[in-house]
Amino acid sequence: MKPSISAFIGKATLAAVAAAAVLGSAAVCAQTRGGTLDAIVQPEPPMLILGLNQQSPTQYVGGKIYEGLLTYGADLTPQPSLAKSWTVSPDGLTYTFVLQSGVKWHDGKPFTADDVVFSADKFLRVTHPRVRVVLNKYVESITAKDPQTVVFKLKEQFTPFLALFGTDNMTMLPKHIYEGTDFKTNPANQTPIGTGPFKFKEWKRGSVIVLERNADYWQKGLPYLDKIVFHVIPDAASRAVAFEKGDVQAIRGNDIDGVDSKRLQALPDVDSTTKGTEFYSTMTSMVMNERKPPFDNVKVRQAVMHAMNRKFIVNTIFFGLGKVATGPISSTTAFYDPNVTPYDFDLKKARALIKESGVDPKATPIKILAYPYGSTWDRLGEYTKQSLEALGFPVEIEATDAGGWAQRVSNFDFDLTFHFTDQFGDPAIGVARLFLSSNIVKGSPFVNNEGYSNPKVDDLFNRASSEGDKAKRQALYSEVQRILVDEVANAYLFEIKGVTMYRKNVKNLVTSGTGMNDSWAKAYIEPLKK
Amino acid sequence: MKFLTFLLSRLGKAAFVVLGVVTMNFLLIRLAPGDPASIIAGESGSSDPAFVAQLRQQFGLDQPLVVQLWTYLKGLLHLDFGFSYRNQLSVFDLIVDRLPATLLLMGAAFVFSIVLGIALGVAASKTRYVNRHRWLDSVIMSLSLLLYATPLFWLSLLAILLFSVQLGWLPAFGMETVGADLRGWDHVRDVALHLVLPTVSLGCFYMAMYARLMRSSMLEVMGMDFVKTARAKGVPAGLVIRRHVRRNAALPIVTFSGIQLGQLAGGAVLTETVFGWPGIGRLMFDALMQRDYLLLLGVFLVTSVMVVVFNLLTDLVYRLVDPRIEFGA
Repeated sequence: MKPSISAFIGKATLAAVAAAAVLGSAAVCAQTRGGTLDAIVQPEPPMLILGLNQQSPTQYVGGKIYEGLLTYGADLTPQPSLAKSWTVSPDGLTYTFVLQSGVKWHDGKPFTADDVVFSADKFLRVTHPRVRVVLNKYVESITAKDPQTVVFKLKEQFTPFLALFGTDNMTMLPKHIYEGTDFKTNPANQTPIGTGPFKFKEWKRGSVIVLERNADYWQKGLPYLDKIVFHVIPDAASRAVAFEKGDVQAIRGNDIDGVDSKRLQALPDVDSTTKGTEFYSTMTSMVMNERKPPFDNVKVRQAVMHAMNRKFIVNTIFFGLGKVATGPISSTTAFYDPNVTPYDFDLKKARALIKESGVDPKATPIKILAYPYGSTWDRLGEYTKQSLEALGFPVEIEATDAGGWAQRVSNFDFDLTFHFTDQFGDPAIGVARLFLSSNIVKGSPFVNNEGYSNPKVDDLFNRASSEGDKAKRQALYSEVQRILVDEVANAYLFEIKGVTMYRKNVKNLVTSGTGMNDSWAKAYIEPLKK
Repeated sequence: MKFLTFLLSRLGKAAFVVLGVVTMNFLLIRLAPGDPASIIAGESGSSDPAFVAQLRQQFGLDQPLVVQLWTYLKGLLHLDFGFSYRNQLSVFDLIVDRLPATLLLMGAAFVFSIVLGIALGVAASKTRYVNRHRWLDSVIMSLSLLLYATPLFWLSLLAILLFSVQLGWLPAFGMETVGADLRGWDHVRDVALHLVLPTVSLGCFYMAMYARLMRSSMLEVMGMDFVKTARAKGVPAGLVIRRHVRRNAALPIVTFSGIQLGQLAGGAVLTETVFGWPGIGRLMFDALMQRDYLLLLGVFLVTSVMVVVFNLLTDLVYRLVDPRIEFGA
């Protein structure tokens, strides 16, 4: 009995593989194999080992070399990647992943469940600034049931767990290279080995990073491109010129200054999209230090919201590359609720609120700590100065660089500043960190630096992250949004809409919710018509 | 013998200067707020203070400052410049990797500015001296004034717009064509083409300086008695300029070229940024922004050694140009 079943399964698999091969080759015919895609990486990443470094250029380049167990569609639903299927137990405590077969590391060694266990349990638990927090708090054990199956057991329920398995977060790293070594100083860190569609070829520091096609990629027939070249061009104006000249064929929104955006989009052979940012859904906020006057007074914070013309900020300062936010959760992620108190631009109301607050603006000077990420942010600081002065506050702007900014904000040494933060597909990962009172910790930026503390909000966030039922989660997050907006825990300015631009003959560049950080396995270049 | 004593004493003094520079830099850098750990944590969007503490410990930033300085100085004795945490490579390797690009750019800009500057200066003064084509003098002087007053980055961007975007004659960025794998003369030609725009942008300012300096220095020498005597004897103007004037007028140029070589590294930061030139100027800028302390110190050390060496060379060249000058320690 047994042999015949396995023979049957064997035959079925063969048939399936054959069918897939036929479909695959049909797909190949439709696309064009070959070609080099030139892009820009900016700033130059410190290293390419995802898992050891999580800066955005590392994610961008590393996302072609490494893979996670899942990827995410534009609606942020999980899609198969290195895991072909997965199941969650009814109590929400056991996650079982079945891996793809025939996956190899770039050095030819097979990828197995042991690598998954090693990556999640040994490597990322120590090195990954975001994932380690979740792994150490919620995950009890990670085990390989067989070479194709991995089981994650949680201590308590954490509903957004599946949002954590993308390349940026749960990167798979080769056990045979890292086991028993000091991960951070392993010499192999200079030559990344992943499972992705592209292999690392060379890195001339200060000039280019070159990746080449992985001929043994587990998705047969993919990738289409032969080579990807990431150019390091430090000056924003020079980057715009490189794209305009056609020296590079694809740029991300933050590769160029906003001032160049419209002009380049209007070029005749250029296509653009604002898709592919859903997973990050970057939110821009004004952070007010709520430990001291005047921002310890909720009426003052509300007055500030009314005094800022956020449409003007988006359209004039940020060249229309955004959308006015209604609350702390971006409209492009799950659990967004638009039914919150609106703050329209209304100076009269703002002045009335200041009067109600009992604060004497003349006697409370405010210092704005400028956000050191380019001239648009300087303009935002200047506009904010003007708006606060309209309410009667004496305002001063302090300039700083990235290092100074991080240090002062981490030490709560500011009155008012700005930041933009990614939401990573779920409020429990990207939003809660900014408001939980347990996250009021000195020495770390992008946490609850404003000092907002509300036990009700803490409770709602905590319940929502372990609630399994989607409707109930929505109710909890809706209530959180109402409270945070009413109390102006942060001033929500706008959602950044990054524009990806590419030459018209470049296809399939942005296909998922992680956009340009995705693997580009299916990207191809159409030959120019003669 | 006199020369050897001079050289040795200068080198001894230089060592002290460099030691002073290193120590000062080490302490000054620490005055800036923020450290590599806070920057890396910031860029990673971390919310975990334990992670930041772990980074500080890894970088040795939890040690007292004096201990860190001592460790650094001890390492320097063995040419160990430390480890760049940002790049995960040894500082020495990083600098050695990037230094040739900067030296090439500096050398090209230096030769370009000094050759063209002297030629223009001589031409301008000559037209004045022989009282013909005086308009040429005005054109050259106006042009130098314009170049002298134009910001470097603006000039660079305009050059890119004109020669790369509009005309398409020259590449806009980088040091060589990527992926072309050119060999031999093709490779040299490729690098040379990439070198044109950055060289001109970096060299124009000093070219203007040299032109003005050479012209006024020439005119000054031309007014001197020995020149008048030569002219009175009936020596043709061209010969007087070549034999008597030019050599005597060259000394200020030597002085200034020493200063220029010292300053080129600073100008290279901007030029390398605009043109994506992979040299140490940008390495330094990135290291500063990232608070990559050891890398920054390493670049400072190398550039200060360069300045000291250039000054020494300048003093030697004085002697070559004017044998009356003696070596004095």
